Amino acid sequence: MSKIEINNVYKIFGNNPNSVLPMVKDGATKETVLEETGHTVGLDNVSLKIQEGETFVCMGLSGSGKSTLIRHLNRLIDPTDGEILIEGTNVMSLNTESLIDFRRHKMSMVFQRFGLFPHKTVLQNVGYGLEMQGIEENKRNSVAMDKIQAVGLNGFENQFPAQLSGGMQQRVGLARALATDTDIMLMDEAFSALDPLIRSDMQKQLLDLQAELKKTIVFITHDLDESLRLGDHIGILNAGKLVQVGTPVEIIMNPADDYVEAFVKDVNRAKVIKAKIIMIPAAQANGIDKTNLIKVNEDQFIEEFLPQVVCNNANCEVVDRQGNTKGYITNKELQKSLSKS
Amino acid sequence: MEALKKNKKIIFNIGLLFVFVWLLITSYSQSKRKPENISELLNDFSWLGGKWPKWLDLPLMNWINVGFKALNEKYGYIFEAINNVLLYMLMLVKNFLIQAPWPLVILGVVVLTYFASGRKIGTTVFVGFCTFFIGFLHPIFWQKAIETTAIMLIGIFLCVIAGIPLGIAMARSARTRNVILPVLDLMQTIPSFCYLIPGIMLFGLGAVPAIIATFIYAVPPLVRLTDLGIRLVDKEVIEAADAFGASKKQKLLGVQLPLALPNIMQGINQCTMMALAMVVIASMIGTRGLGDEVLLGLQQLNVGRAAEAGIAIVLLAIVLDRITQSYGETLQERTTPAKKEKK
Repeated sequence: MSKIEINNVYKIFGNNPNSVLPMVKDGATKETVLEETGHTVGLDNVSLKIQEGETFVCMGLSGSGKSTLIRHLNRLIDPTDGEILIEGTNVMSLNTESLIDFRRHKMSMVFQRFGLFPHKTVLQNVGYGLEMQGIEENKRNSVAMDKIQAVGLNGFENQFPAQLSGGMQQRVGLARALATDTDIMLMDEAFSALDPLIRSDMQKQLLDLQAELKKTIVFITHDLDESLRLGDHIGILNAGKLVQVGTPVEIIMNPADDYVEAFVKDVNRAKVIKAKIIMIPAAQANGIDKTNLIKVNEDQFIEEFLPQVVCNNANCEVVDRQGNTKGYITNKELQKSLSKS
Repeated sequence: MEALKKNKKIIFNIGLLFVFVWLLITSYSQSKRKPENISELLNDFSWLGGKWPKWLDLPLMNWINVGFKALNEKYGYIFEAINNVLLYMLMLVKNFLIQAPWPLVILGVVVLTYFASGRKIGTTVFVGFCTFFIGFLHPIFWQKAIETTAIMLIGIFLCVIAGIPLGIAMARSARTRNVILPVLDLMQTIPSFCYLIPGIMLFGLGAVPAIIATFIYAVPPLVRLTDLGIRLVDKEVIEAADAFGASKKQKLLGVQLPLALPNIMQGINQCTMMALAMVVIASMIGTRGLGDEVLLGLQQLNVGRAAEAGIAIVLLAIVLDRITQSYGETLQERTTPAKKEKK
């Protein structure tokens, strides 16, 4: 069973969405619907599955419906049609009370502009989810302190959010989401408002935390590099439609349409493709020159070992963490993977 | 059912049209100046030219008079009860402040200002002097100012307990807002004598109609600013509260109200200022206080006396304004600490 399953979800914004639904289902485009009825199509027949413990990145330009999609998962927005299953529970069937309970225990969320409570201290902000869960103050504060430590904000717990820089504020947002220890974390353009250095720093922090916590993360971004770095799977939205879902490599190697292709055109492939993706498995590696080998970890990106290969004019031996040989990479594979199709 | 929903607006408008026609018919049939026979109107169209025809007259005056009389006779005991409660509260406040030694009252005001303003010495000293000068202008002003303040305090108290919940209700539903907004407009634009005089008839002369009038005049800004304050709370912050599973009540008490508080305090401040503006008008219906000093001065053509009382009112306004204003500012500084760092 998938952790999150979305089946044929439609969302139409406007005065009378249900009247427009049949038209959208018949395949009318976003533009015609807007022109003829004045309704905006937010999501158009979106279906996807997200597995437990993976980071699913949802990508698209602004207005493509990605923020709308993520808000359907905890029902900050209700769909016009379709079903949303979280661990097999249809969230549309929840009444107000169980929805509140569901939000308290199943999901937490990080916001683009942080969404911190300006009248609460960092400690109170981080403890907010726990407060909603009804956990008493002492316990809540000690958990919150742990999370504040985990994101590296010790010493700031009694400051107010507006006294912190943007990067620090988003750490608070992250800590707040971690504090409730929910299985699922929703991150709505969480790092988009940060400057590039801090963003990269936060991405690393998220990867480190994720390696440890193994949460199911749904991450929204408009930045391809970010999605390639963080995502186990990437879904690309265009005008409310999900145009492609796949692993980062699948997206880069086989873009589904012109829109995706335009997206991935300028990607530095060496930065996103890992050794294990392009290697020839050890069993099939016949006739490869093994006299001059460089050892490469299977999770290393091409970028990291490319200079060595060029300088030594060598082939690569790909090994896993324990040092077992998994496969080989020759110049041929490198050339194939790096050249634009 | 579906068709009914779709044509709701049309049906509503047709309803309004019916009400209008009904008003025309009733006013015609109740008019004493109508022509003997309705056919006269159809044969002779002279009523369409020149003056407004005398029979085309909505008898609203009669209706209100009859209704008001019935209200007074049937439900007089309710108004008397309200009168008694308000009068009791007023006396409590007034007697307490009048019996307290005057230096102690000034000290109380100073201490209140000190804490409300976030321990600003300048504001505190200024307010202290203003308070002192009210009595210093004329010994009788001290008691008059206290009478005025007592009426205002009760009026503002009523404004707060009615205005803030109303503002919250408005912020929550657009429909409620659509109903309340025109009422607020009415309360703000209708000349105050229109409700002062009926107030006397219901509650008798004196302080209570003044309190009611103060309430009617001063509550709209508070309602509006409460509504605005709540709706202006950052949408993402509200989403955050929702996403972490805050119930409606938790959201209101824990997030919306605290964040709207600077605006609400501004509302209370506006409320106070408008209440003070009502004081002179209220003195014309026999309410005692600084206003009647102004009135006396004017009646005797004693410009100095009127001016003195006028200045005393301004001083009182400054004192109340500083206290409520600075409290709002202190709250605001906490959420926008850019200012705070200047210290």
